This record gives sequence, structure tokens and C-alpha cells, in this order.
Amino acid sequence: MRHVISVQDFSAEEIIHILDRAETMVDIARGEAVSEILKGKVLAAIFFEPSTRTRLSFETAMNRLGGGVIGFAGTEATSVVKGETLADTIRMVSGYADAVVLRHPREGAAKLATQFSEVPILNAGDGAGQHPTQTMLDLFTIRTELGRLEGLNISLVGDLRYGRTVHSLAIALAKFGNTINLVSPEGLEMPGEVISHLEETGRLGTACHSPEDVIADTDMLYVTRIQKERFPDVVEYEKVAGMYRVDPELVSRGPEHMIILHPLPRVNEITPEVDSLPQAKYFQQAFNAVPVRMALLSMVIGGYQNV
Amino acid sequence: MSKKFMKVQRIEHGTVIDHILPGRAFDVLRVLGISTDRSMSILINSHSAKGGTKDILKIENVELSDEEASRLALVSPHATVNIIVQGAVVKKFNAEAPEMVRGVLSCSNPNCISNQNEPIQSEFRLSSESEHGYVCTYCERDIVDLARRIRA
Repeated sequence: MRHVISVQDFSAEEIIHILDRAETMVDIARGEAVSEILKGKVLAAIFFEPSTRTRLSFETAMNRLGGGVIGFAGTEATSVVKGETLADTIRMVSGYADAVVLRHPREGAAKLATQFSEVPILNAGDGAGQHPTQTMLDLFTIRTELGRLEGLNISLVGDLRYGRTVHSLAIALAKFGNTINLVSPEGLEMPGEVISHLEETGRLGTACHSPEDVIADTDMLYVTRIQKERFPDVVEYEKVAGMYRVDPELVSRGPEHMIILHPLPRVNEITPEVDSLPQAKYFQQAFNAVPVRMALLSMVIGGYQNV
Repeated sequence: MSKKFMKVQRIEHGTVIDHILPGRAFDVLRVLGISTDRSMSILINSHSAKGGTKDILKIENVELSDEEASRLALVSPHATVNIIVQGAVVKKFNAEAPEMVRGVLSCSNPNCISNQNEPIQSEFRLSSESEHGYVCTYCERDIVDLARRIRA
């Protein structure tokens, strides 16, 4: 039984294998081909926190492969409000399903779930911790759009401290031999342990406070949301948010082949005018969630081994 | 008239823990789960022959096991453990940091699942990459201010 808890549990070869499998799933994800490889199987999608893309794309992925989905989004109508532990919820749900997708507000929740589950656990985000399937779909998008996954100059921009997707993405990109630039406001810098890892692997590029310092050499610009609640007052937030806004003028200073990704939802860190530029790939990225999650589900439930 | 003064008496049977980091003696007792109602001598900031200061614990009628000594290493690495039987040192060893620590510490990340009401033990692994030596196996965060994370 293979769980999907952290992208660091996967070797570079295993990740490539997953991306290759996802590539074969694109037509099914679009509804242009039909698959029933998970017919009769049930996925439990239990979301203790709000989610739009992650939950819907997992559900779509399971349905496109012929399987069914049970679960909940929000804990109001569940025994969790009566004080049920996560351990008991997992014991119960794992008896109903062939795999469990879990999102939970506490770091380490998915790891805990593996200790009480009879079926594979897929971590769909645990607090500010890991979100491995997001990382895999980011990697899939980079490889699809830029044709390779190594030797790239990557700039991660925005809230690098609390944004859960950027930590595991940085580590995974380093694993493939890319250079990582870190661009964040003061106080929202990448955590020390991730920076140490990048330094040790020799993959740390420029760490700075302005996207303009790195844009000219960037192959992939990864933009994350800067949350208002991280700032002591609105004026400070507006000032910082303005400096990190990606608009056509900033994009024009990057190479033509540059792509822009964003885990979404975006608020105003990428202006709507950028959406129609060829560099904007974030909606394609959101679609790619489906084939990548199909690949993972087919592997952990369907017995397509080598994961 | 000369005064013969002995600061702390020898013990006949028990454990002497020497070279404890200055000020850490009470943390050592906490991590070992030894209550202060036992017979013991505690020296705080004692002058060390090697220079500087150290704490020393002399605990009567307690023989520290290897497992307990490794827990001691969490709060005072390199402390020396002397097992005393009938007034003589029968075993002497250094406290070595354990690879895994289960149940003794609580995670310094308040949002870690191991700090919730779940039927699990906290678990930390020794990590050379961690500034404080240990990483929580649940939330993967470095433990901060380790001595304060010892469970009572």
C-alpha cells in the first residue's frame, strides 16, 4: 500500500513515472476518451477545510476513471463536531472506501491518518504543511509547457513563508536540478529549513524582495497570494501587494518563453490583463490537476504499481 | 582553627550525573521523570576543573538505564553518567542523543496534529539538518526551545 503524503517520499524517477502516466490520461480528463479502470471503486474525499480546485479535481478524476466518490467538505454535518478524533474518523472512513483524500487544518494530519487507515491516504493539504499532489501537477505543467523539468531558472514570488505549495515545490524543483530564486516581502521569506536545503543542494539562486531583480532570466514565474491578515495594517498590505503585482509591463521584461503559474485562487496579484498573454498558464495548470490526480488514483487504487 | 568543609557528600548507591550544562539540572530531572522528593544533591553552576561552570546531580538509589541516559542527552548532551554501587563507580558513560524520541517531548508547533487530542505519541527524529537537533515526524518542523518541550 502506497500513501501520498509528501513529495519528498518520491524519488525523481517515481515522479517522472507519475507525470508520464498523467500524460496518457489527458484525453480521458478532457472527456474525449472513456476509461473504466476504477469501476466499482470508491474514493472518500474528506475535507475539513474549504477547497475548490483540489476537491473538485479529485472528484472529477475519480469519476472520469469510472469510480465513485463519497465524503464531506466542512465538518458541520459530521461527528467531528461531537469531538470525534481524526484517528477514529479515518478508521471508519477507510472501511467505506478504497482510498481516502484528506485535507485537514493541522500539520501532520495526513501522516497520522496513515497509521489508522486500511487504505491509501492522499494528502490534499495539511495546514501549512505538505500538498504533494499540487506539487506534482505544477511539475507536470512545467514539463508540458517548457518541454523539460531540469536546468530551468525558477522564480517563486509572494508569500513564501506561509504558502504551503511553495515549500515542497522548491524542494522538488531542486531535486530535478533547477535554480530557485526566492522573491518575497520582508517577513514572508522562505523558512530557514527550505533555504538550507536549497543551499546544500547548490540550487539556491537569488533571494530578493523585488520580482524585477530576477524577471529577465526567469523561465518560470510562480506567483502566490499575499494574504492581508499577515500584515499589521491595510496600508502596509496595499504597499507590499502593489510591489508584487504581476502586470503586462513586468511580464514584458521577462523572456518570451517564460511561463506564469499560480496555485489559485488569485486575488489581485496577477492583473486580469495578463490572462490573455501567452505566458499565462495558470488555468491550464488548474486543468492539469485532473490528469495528474487520475494518474495517482490509478496507481494507488488501481494496482498500477511502480509508485 | 581550620574548618573542614564538604560541599556535597559522596553517595553510596545511585547515579551521579556530571558535566550537565549549567542551569539544566532541573530540566534533566524533568526529562528523567525523577521527582525532587527523592534524596539527592543538586549543584548548580559549580566550578568545573576544565574551566567554566556545570551542574551536577547525585541521585541516591537510582540506577540510570541506557535509555534514560539517552533522554538526558536531549537537554544536556555530553553529560557523564556514573553508576555508583557500594561507594564505587561501577559504570561510567556519556549520554548519547537517541535517534528517535517518543512521547517525552511535545512539538513546539502549536498547530501540529501531535498536540491535539489524538491517540498517538509525539515522535521526533535526530536530524543533522535541524538547528536544534530534532524534527517532529508529524509536522516535519524543527523543535524549538527543546528543554521547554519536555512533558511533565
